[in-house]
Amino acid sequence: MRGFDLSGLVLNGSGTFDAIAARRTFGDELLEQFPFDVFVSKTITAEPRQGNPPPRLWETPGGLINSIGLPNKGLDGFLAADLPQLAELPVPLCVSVMGFTRDELAKLVAAVDQREEVAMFELNVSCPNVETGLIMGADPSETARVMERVRPLTDKPVIVKLTPNATNPAEVAVAAEGAGADAVSLVNTLKGMAFRPGTSEPWLGAGTGGVSGPAVRAIALQQVAAVSKRAEIPVIGMGGIASGAGAQDFLAAGAECVAVGTESFRDPAAGSRIRRELRGLRPKLEVTYLERGTRSG
Amino acid sequence: MTLAPFGRRLAEVTAVERLGAYTVIMVVDPHQPEPGQFYMLATETGWGGGAGERPYLPRAFSHARAADGKLQFLFEDVGPGTHRLAAVERGESLWLTGPLGSGFGPPQGRALLVGGGIGVAPLVALSDDVDGPVLLGFRTALHAEAASLFPEQPKLVTDDGSMGRRGLVTELLREELDEDADATVFACGPPAMLEAVRALCAERDVPAQLALESGMACGFGACFGCVVPTRAGYIRVCVDGPVVEAAALETALVPGTGH
Repeated sequence: MRGFDLSGLVLNGSGTFDAIAARRTFGDELLEQFPFDVFVSKTITAEPRQGNPPPRLWETPGGLINSIGLPNKGLDGFLAADLPQLAELPVPLCVSVMGFTRDELAKLVAAVDQREEVAMFELNVSCPNVETGLIMGADPSETARVMERVRPLTDKPVIVKLTPNATNPAEVAVAAEGAGADAVSLVNTLKGMAFRPGTSEPWLGAGTGGVSGPAVRAIALQQVAAVSKRAEIPVIGMGGIASGAGAQDFLAAGAECVAVGTESFRDPAAGSRIRRELRGLRPKLEVTYLERGTRSG
Repeated sequence: MTLAPFGRRLAEVTAVERLGAYTVIMVVDPHQPEPGQFYMLATETGWGGGAGERPYLPRAFSHARAADGKLQFLFEDVGPGTHRLAAVERGESLWLTGPLGSGFGPPQGRALLVGGGIGVAPLVALSDDVDGPVLLGFRTALHAEAASLFPEQPKLVTDDGSMGRRGLVTELLREELDEDADATVFACGPPAMLEAVRALCAERDVPAQLALESGMACGFGACFGCVVPTRAGYIRVCVDGPVVEAAALETALVPGTGH
């Protein structure tokens, strides 16, 4: 990926680990035992966002629904307050960006591209384009237009984060690849909801949210396999990975590397544990599902 | 504030006792927390597959006491997580992350400790460090047995009058402030109690430190799920609290808590 080898790495899912807050909690021990090979920032937007009203969480069988709403300091706040702290992490930094229009996204990428502390980008396209009303990442041509707008603005690697809430994520991946994406990552959360017990009132402040955790792993695995079959660029697989064996399944499905998200909530050092477990297992995997040439559904 | 070792660790349960409506356990852990800090806890085995196929996430608890390399926690069986934790046996281990968040600050004037129900836990820890009247409210006499965790006999009210006076703990607080309002209030309890304490302290211009609760997934600022509104916008209870100055809040009633 533009000279950057993702092979076998363990990343964090965007928005599932706040390295700045974690350092306040765990001190410099966090840096000495940093659990990820690349750190992916929370998604930043052009303007500051306070996020969704609480309640923001609901525990499900083997997972949770979140409706956080991308709270962040906005571009200026990120560059001034967060980036200098993230630059102190011992691993390359990937900045996740989201825009409500292609121009807004372009503005973010152009501004962040200037900073040498930033190794790569992830485009969060799981949001509506306010000009078209379409979820950018749910539609192949919309995704291609977004990627085409961004590609000339940076020489850094650009990863497109795919949403599983699309008719055909593999088509979206192919469109992103055709427009110059260097990798795709999936899955983002699946749409979900819960009711306040015994009522018809939605529990989450925003009404609905995104499901993550082991509850979504089988779905994520199928999508990673389907995307890996179609895309030639590297695939970063994620969705409920909680162990080395779970991570290995995603590599078997054709992923180049994996990301850990919700499991870090249960175990802050989960990334290190999963990497250690995975390295213990990896020699056993001689051929991926993709290489096997088996039909993927 | 005491920093937490990075990651979660297993802590052996060395004692389990029933105390009225509560279960009190001791676990081995060498790290000394500050009163008002908290831990994320889960059992090593049998975490999941309970009512509604839960629990999945760890649960947040303030320690009730920390001494001699041991932490004491108080559980009340109210849901799938606390059901499993309250059923823990001696010799089992808990996954533990912490100590987390920031605890109570020092008092200005005398200290008044105000607790309700399971919320008495961090006040037990605080009562080892500061002197002052302890005012507690419980649902029933069975719950009020938790008052025995304090070194000196607290003043008590119960909802049903089965022990102490029948009424609300804020009535005891009002009487104390009538007597001497040069005080700092330290409070932990259900949202309605905290809101009554906040409103009374605001009315009397008395500083109060409230230990808040909010459903959280991680406890260390990662998930952004535990936010509560303050006058300055949302804060994360886990890393910006759990102890907050009452003056920072418009209300201590937070959606999604106390259910």
